[in-house]
Amino acid sequence: MIENDPVKCCYCGGCVAVCPVTCIELKETRIDVDNEKCINCSACVRICPVDAMKMVK
Amino acid sequence: MTEEYDVIIIGAGPAGLVAAEKCAIDGLKTLCLEKKQEIGVPKRCAEGLGLGWIKRLGMTPDKKWAVQDISGAALYSPSGKKLEIRFHDVSGYVIERRVFEKELAKKASQAGATIRTKSNVTELKRENGKVNVTALEMEKTAHYSAPIIIACDGVESTIARKLGLNTVLKLNDVDSGFQYEMAGIEFENPDLIHLYFGIEVAPRGYLWIFPKGKDVANVGIGIGGTHEKSAKYYLDKFISAHPGLKKGSIIEVNAGAIPVGGFLKEMTADNLIVCGDAAHQVNPIHGGGMGTAMEAAILASKIAVEAHKKGDFSNETLKPYNSQWYELRGNQMLAILKRRHMLESMKDNDFEILVNSLTGEDVLKISEGELWQSAKIVTKKLIKHPNLAKIMLKYLK
Repeated sequence: MIENDPVKCCYCGGCVAVCPVTCIELKETRIDVDNEKCINCSACVRICPVDAMKMVK
Repeated sequence: MTEEYDVIIIGAGPAGLVAAEKCAIDGLKTLCLEKKQEIGVPKRCAEGLGLGWIKRLGMTPDKKWAVQDISGAALYSPSGKKLEIRFHDVSGYVIERRVFEKELAKKASQAGATIRTKSNVTELKRENGKVNVTALEMEKTAHYSAPIIIACDGVESTIARKLGLNTVLKLNDVDSGFQYEMAGIEFENPDLIHLYFGIEVAPRGYLWIFPKGKDVANVGIGIGGTHEKSAKYYLDKFISAHPGLKKGSIIEVNAGAIPVGGFLKEMTADNLIVCGDAAHQVNPIHGGGMGTAMEAAILASKIAVEAHKKGDFSNETLKPYNSQWYELRGNQMLAILKRRHMLESMKDNDFEILVNSLTGEDVLKISEGELWQSAKIVTKKLIKHPNLAKIMLKYLK
């Protein structure tokens, strides 16, 4: 499961760009994650320039 | 009620706005949708734009947005040695994107295009040769329709995905970018862009200072998308170690992913053309993408106009965009991509040897270079600096 920290997030959309299953959406200044679709690949965690994406159990 | 258009452009960045202006000038009923509430903000950009691009795009540098003349670059090796490359004249600008893009938006609007901000496209559906677009716009759900969509929605590139193209970026093909716009800082030579290299400074990338005046600059970093520590970590570390930067204020925080690893092979589908970051049209070495995006947008608008003349919006009609773009820019960029792979494998010590053996004048001559002259410089240097020969052998294999 992926969690976005809205305090750190700069809504750059990098996580959306690398998500292979398109389960992340950027809504202007908010990131929505559809964890039903998430495959826990951690690509979004690694690309995030500000450590705002976190993998949680 | 559904509003009908000849073309709908999604994303009002440099690509989208130029496409909107050109389509409108050529008589198409044009709509451009932007999900943010303000055009040009927040920037995901270091704001450097070469004079060559400005000329090729038929623009004139305007002091309103071309805020800093740039006449060269200073490269810094991992140990801090500097190599200064100066052109004979102004070679580009650091621009104020919020002003630049608003100017583009005004031009598009004056040409007859309709722009809507705070319009978040949620659904695209092909039906009877057209694409129906659903967008959330504050209190209402809007419905639009057009036979062509030009997707200029930036690095996320979800519009093309919704219409069937796979635009997902692999981690190896993307840089993670982070930047502060800083004021009250001290640095030398505001007429140069400053680039810092090294595995400790910016792994698989570089750190930059792009001046916007003598004490204001975009201070940013792009690193490979596969590293454990974040881009912010490396930038903060660098700033802490540089008192001239540390004393300043952060007046803007910017982040972004940079698609540096090559371009979408198929940038068209039925009723769809993709431009700019959404098509990964970025210079693989320096990560600049404004010029390429706007150039591609002009091409896309021409293809859209042709399609309307033919009355056919299938991929068959739109796909010449691919070959035309590769001919115009893509093939050159593919050659640059090879050099990127070479740079990525360079070790810190290799940078030191290069900086020690070449002067800025050499680099300039080589880059502008007539071949025989470049060869002469390199040969002379090789005799004087045998280590340089080792590097060249290593990377020319």
